Amino acid sequence: MSILLNNISKNFGKFAALYDVSLEIPEGELVALLGPSGCGKTTLLRIIAGLETPDFGRVLLSGEDKTEQHVSRRGIGFVFQHYALFRHMTVFDNIAFGLRVKPRKERPTEAFISKKVHSLLELVQLDWLADRFPDQLSGGQRQRIALARALAVEPSVLLLDEPFGALDASVRKDLRQWLRNLHQELHVTSIFVTHDQEEAMEVASQVVVLNQGRIEQQGAPADIYDHPANAFVSKFIGQTNVFDLSETESNWLQRAGILAEKPQGIFAHVRPHHIDIVKAEETSGSPVTLKDWQHLGATIRVELFNPQHNGSGATLFAEMPNERFKQLNLNKGDRVAVHIKQAHWFN
Amino acid sequence: MHANVHVIGDATGQANFKALHDPFWVRWGLVGVAVGFIVLFLCVPLGLVLYQAFSKGWQAYWTALAQPDAIAAMQLTLVVALITVPLNTVFGIAAAWAITRFEFWGKSLLTTLIDLPFSVSPVISGLIFVLMFGAQGWFGEWFSAHDIKVIFAVPGIVLATIFITFPFVARELIPLMQEMGNEEEEAALSLGASGWKTFFKVTLPNIKWALLYGVLLCNARAMGEFGAVSVVSGHIRGVTNTLPLHVEVSYNDYDVIGAFSSASILAGLAIVTLVLKSFLEWKQARV
Repeated sequence: MSILLNNISKNFGKFAALYDVSLEIPEGELVALLGPSGCGKTTLLRIIAGLETPDFGRVLLSGEDKTEQHVSRRGIGFVFQHYALFRHMTVFDNIAFGLRVKPRKERPTEAFISKKVHSLLELVQLDWLADRFPDQLSGGQRQRIALARALAVEPSVLLLDEPFGALDASVRKDLRQWLRNLHQELHVTSIFVTHDQEEAMEVASQVVVLNQGRIEQQGAPADIYDHPANAFVSKFIGQTNVFDLSETESNWLQRAGILAEKPQGIFAHVRPHHIDIVKAEETSGSPVTLKDWQHLGATIRVELFNPQHNGSGATLFAEMPNERFKQLNLNKGDRVAVHIKQAHWFN
Repeated sequence: MHANVHVIGDATGQANFKALHDPFWVRWGLVGVAVGFIVLFLCVPLGLVLYQAFSKGWQAYWTALAQPDAIAAMQLTLVVALITVPLNTVFGIAAAWAITRFEFWGKSLLTTLIDLPFSVSPVISGLIFVLMFGAQGWFGEWFSAHDIKVIFAVPGIVLATIFITFPFVARELIPLMQEMGNEEEEAALSLGASGWKTFFKVTLPNIKWALLYGVLLCNARAMGEFGAVSVVSGHIRGVTNTLPLHVEVSYNDYDVIGAFSSASILAGLAIVTLVLKSFLEWKQARV
């Protein structure tokens, strides 16, 4: 089911949670709503679900206006951040809930419900937990049961609020992969909320970046990373070095290779892997001091200090493969020169 | 080195142990004071009630309880509780629901007002009802014109009891429902459950032990209330006397057996309430 949001606004008292948000999500996508805390992403998700009503704007599912429709009739599946499993029911009864509360005419037989619940438990690979209660499960297991419960009513849209937020790092990694695979299997239009850009890039086919109640950019993960629409997106997605033209000597930037022509803005944003280091003897490049470095697995993050910079951005980060760094054979405190291969300009 | 570490560990362990425990005489002194108080002010009076009730033997006890006035008092007490407790259960759930699930203007005022019956003297509460519904009261004329008796009749007793016992259910539910939040209810709604189904299948099972606890306390107070009921009842024997009032009237008439046998029924009710209360507390702690 496709989702269309038209000019959604929502205020909580004097706080504007969402301001004139319009968004189109085609059928079958797995979309991440990404943004810092308080940006309105959860509010937007709850408005799509019908758990919150917008002050202005319309919510259209499959082209039908559902703005006034009650949450129980929208045919959505919602997975809560803290799972919200019914604590007095077994895992089986939790998953069966959505089928058992259907009006008598539509309610399937107990035999059908039992079959359906067990097939869902197999789908989330937890068939052996049917008789347990929620407080006997681990966080990751609860999350998967919550997902199975939401899927039981065969929703046309699946909404997940910070699905991995309360889990520890290793479980989170596994579940991300698992959710991606599950989506490829089921193809139900899904939206999940996250504040973790890595998670959004890894799981989603489309990323929507939100900030202060507005959409900053929407696109495929690679698009957003390579072509950030503005300074906020550039800083929020991945690491970025920011050069302020008023604070950095233009001479230094020229020698680094990004001020060849006229400046296209006031701020130059440079990804760490777009900074290359050469030994100081070589004539071109801008001079910096090597402060420290950290191993990030396959790559090395190098911390550089720019003595000709006055202001907060005197420290730069560069990233390069391990091999390359070893070849350079550098020590802390060495004078090196930097080449900047690519920059994004913003005002 | 290893042995050394052990010695240090033991030494600090012992020091901690001593530091955390008061001397023998402080501990047993406090326990003694507490137990002495309970015996003197709770157990002795309770024993005295039973002793006085049975002072002339079983026969006299049963005869006193079988008096028409005593039976009428018990019946009235039951009727008042049967009307008051269900009403206040519904009111209590509604108030707790409103306070914990909705944002509205005047919410903190409502929360404070729920506790009002606890802070007002019961006698004053009774007087308020006399002022409102009595013959000289605000609505008195209208009621007497329609031949409805409120004060010095059963409706007045019920009204006063409802007022006095209003806070019990709501006060038990509000903290619990606040702590639980409404995610489970939202989950039920998102799965297609109606409001009623959500309440009966999700909310009620989660609050049932606290609700029963509140209902129990509400019932105990409804049956035992004296002050407010005394003001509105008019003490008409066999008609508007509840059990606590019957105790007072009998005692004033020097009918010691009558007073204490009725009192023993109330004491029995208190003990049953205590046992059920401990059971519910134990049950709540396990949920």
